[in-house]
Amino acid sequence: MIRFVVVRIFQALPVILAVITATFFLIRMAPGGPFDSEKAVMPEVKAALEAQYKLDRPILDQYFSYLADLGEGDFGPSFKYPGRSVNELIAAGMPVTAELGFYALIFAVIVGGLSGVIASLHPNTWRDHLPMTFAMIGICVPSFLLGPSLMLLFGVHLDWFPVSGWGDIPGDKVLPSITLGAAYAAYVSRLSRAGMLEVLSQDYIRTARAKGLSEWRVITQHALRGGLMPLVAFLGPAFAGLLSGSFVVETIFQVPGLGRFYVQAAFNRDYTMILGTTIFLSTLIVIFNLMSDVLAAWMNPRLRSELFNYD
Amino acid sequence: MQKINSNHLLKVDGLSVSFVTRNGIARAVEDISFTVDRGKTTAIIGESGSGKSVSCYSLLGLIPTPPGKIDSGSAIFDGQDLLRLSDERLRSIRGRRISMIFQDPMTCLNPFMTIGKQLAEPLICHQRLRRGQARDLSIELLREVGIREPEVTIDCFPHEFSGGMRQRVMIAMALINEPELLIADEPTTALDVTIQAQMLSLITELQNKRDLGVIFISHDLSVVSDFADDVIVMQKGRIVESGDRSSILGSPTHPYTKKLLSAIPRGGKAVSSVRGDDPLVQVKNLNTWFSSARYRTPIRAVSNVSFSILPGEVVGLVGESGSGKSTLGRSIVQLIKPTSGSVKFADLELTKLSNSSMKHQRRFMQIIFQDPFASLNPRMTVFDTLAEPMHLHKIVENKDVTSAVFKIMNDVGLTRSSVRKYPHEFSGGQRQRIAIGRALAVRPKFIVADEPVSALDVTIQSQVLTLIQELIDEYGLTMLFISHDLSVIRKISDRILIMHKGSIVEEGSSSKIFEHPENDYTRALIDAIPGRKLQVS
Repeated sequence: MIRFVVVRIFQALPVILAVITATFFLIRMAPGGPFDSEKAVMPEVKAALEAQYKLDRPILDQYFSYLADLGEGDFGPSFKYPGRSVNELIAAGMPVTAELGFYALIFAVIVGGLSGVIASLHPNTWRDHLPMTFAMIGICVPSFLLGPSLMLLFGVHLDWFPVSGWGDIPGDKVLPSITLGAAYAAYVSRLSRAGMLEVLSQDYIRTARAKGLSEWRVITQHALRGGLMPLVAFLGPAFAGLLSGSFVVETIFQVPGLGRFYVQAAFNRDYTMILGTTIFLSTLIVIFNLMSDVLAAWMNPRLRSELFNYD
Repeated sequence: MQKINSNHLLKVDGLSVSFVTRNGIARAVEDISFTVDRGKTTAIIGESGSGKSVSCYSLLGLIPTPPGKIDSGSAIFDGQDLLRLSDERLRSIRGRRISMIFQDPMTCLNPFMTIGKQLAEPLICHQRLRRGQARDLSIELLREVGIREPEVTIDCFPHEFSGGMRQRVMIAMALINEPELLIADEPTTALDVTIQAQMLSLITELQNKRDLGVIFISHDLSVVSDFADDVIVMQKGRIVESGDRSSILGSPTHPYTKKLLSAIPRGGKAVSSVRGDDPLVQVKNLNTWFSSARYRTPIRAVSNVSFSILPGEVVGLVGESGSGKSTLGRSIVQLIKPTSGSVKFADLELTKLSNSSMKHQRRFMQIIFQDPFASLNPRMTVFDTLAEPMHLHKIVENKDVTSAVFKIMNDVGLTRSSVRKYPHEFSGGQRQRIAIGRALAVRPKFIVADEPVSALDVTIQSQVLTLIQELIDEYGLTMLFISHDLSVIRKISDRILIMHKGSIVEEGSSSKIFEHPENDYTRALIDAIPGRKLQVS
């Protein structure tokens, strides 16, 4: 078990290094720089700023000095928020984004899981077609359309929930969470339907029925565990995706999360901020993937004995 | 006779079942009637698709409705008609008074649950026992069905058990509520002969002890010939013949029953096809070991095996699953690299050949696999499957490929019109004909046939065996024929090798092996052949 995790972490290191390198050089290739703006800046001022942030040095030199700082856990200073480090900015935005992602995931699992399981139990009836139609819509409709629509309906017309903010007025967390979670709910729904249908056709389900178990017991005791395995494997990538993909929703609902910093940083050519957020998120993706792999292995007795008992 | 009829355990009358399919209504079972008595076994025999399983599943409400539909009939069990009971009433009988064992013990147990939990379920659900009580009863029953150390193994998961052990667990699970009727659906088909013999004696032993009525479903008449009281023969959803065992086996009247009986392989090969004394294949001290992360020492799948095959000779290799016989076959044709030892093919040392020169040699040696469903590429037509090796090894000129393909199709008994069809459009037996045709396409000298008939129904099995025999003569083939079934091996081989735990334990002509077996394991194998009475008669 420990060996499995350690091996996987070491496998991830080159991936993260590749991400760092690619991001570092790609943003440098983009036209413009952090200190360009519409207003003409005096060349001396610009030169002084660039010297302060080491931008006047050769690019390879900058790359290695960045890596060295990174080794000490330092993402460097932000170019656009003078006096604040990238570490501080991530620490400020991350909890909000994580909370939003967490609620969205809960919404996705409950709504998607339930509708997928119900659909699988009545294949090719209206109880199957209805949630699957919604799932299809959920996958197709982008969040910048869904968000404003929900705002209009529940915020303006029905006046149930506030339309923006985060943690200021009770209920203001509902709409952003649903908007962010909707597409994932749709995926979860389709995944759990497919997983359950597969398991329900297995021989051991027939065995369970032949024992005279009630249909409820057949499903809860025998089918759910195997049927929801694909869902568990999806949770890790899903949570990572929620964290890194929340900037649209954060912008629509004025949520002060990491996603907005991220997008602004890209527009501002805030090199260290872009790099810092990218590295941070890609590390999270690796960690969450690993966690859901371990969880999926734990749920499968066969893999469990191989992974956990034979180190 | 009339008196007994009044207290049958189960009396099925005029049962018809149909399924709604895209092509209209398929009548799976039509107007079948039979009875089962306490302590007796009624065997239902028929090939796959004959409706034998559907008729029993429908008794217990285990067919999905829709698309399935019970059209008519009655099934009286203890005064009540099973077909007209409410779901809830039927459920209280299912698993309590009537229980089932299924064909494939590998897939019929829930892989996510411990054996103990699965065993206890019927007790908790029907008798409302406490967990502790249920556990004690389960341990006791596991011991009765021959599971060693049940106190420990009860907490194992199914994947930690072998196929035979899983089927024992299935039997324990079916009997745990002391039912009156047991429906066994091909309970031994997926098992080795030796394990099959153990299962059959276990079932009959438990049956006698508990005065259990048994419905035994099988495609193989020889399996039930030792213990069935009544035999029902089904074909295409109808009963074509039924009666007590001796009349069905002794004087069958329906042509289909006769065909089933004649399909049971018996007797040996009539004429030897051996030509010459210089061996074509020579295996010396061959070892194939697999290293595994789980065990410190490597698994010795093939351990120090030596034998030779003369030109034209058919050598039968027998052993149970896990004995290393498939690994040996694959090691000979270098599909698996042997760990050490030598394999000579016409004086050429195969283990030392480079990959490219081995590729060239593959023209002369081919392999046929067990599962014709899995070993054919589903996206290639028959023509492509047969023409590919011809192109690869440049067997014929491009312009002659079509006629060569037709010639092979003709030889293996496929009609020309199916040349553009894909594997899924064929039955199992036809697919195995395609697989055999593919092996023959390069005109090989030597073929390793790895359980080529094990996945097939008996009647199909006997057709394919006959075909292989004809092809051996026509193409002048030398063959290593691998099977777990001694009676199949005996029918086709000149000489027999018995393999056990990676080694050859006995070798000899088939008459010597059958009449004077020297090794204990060989004797056990011979004793395990089902329906030995039939074979002698």
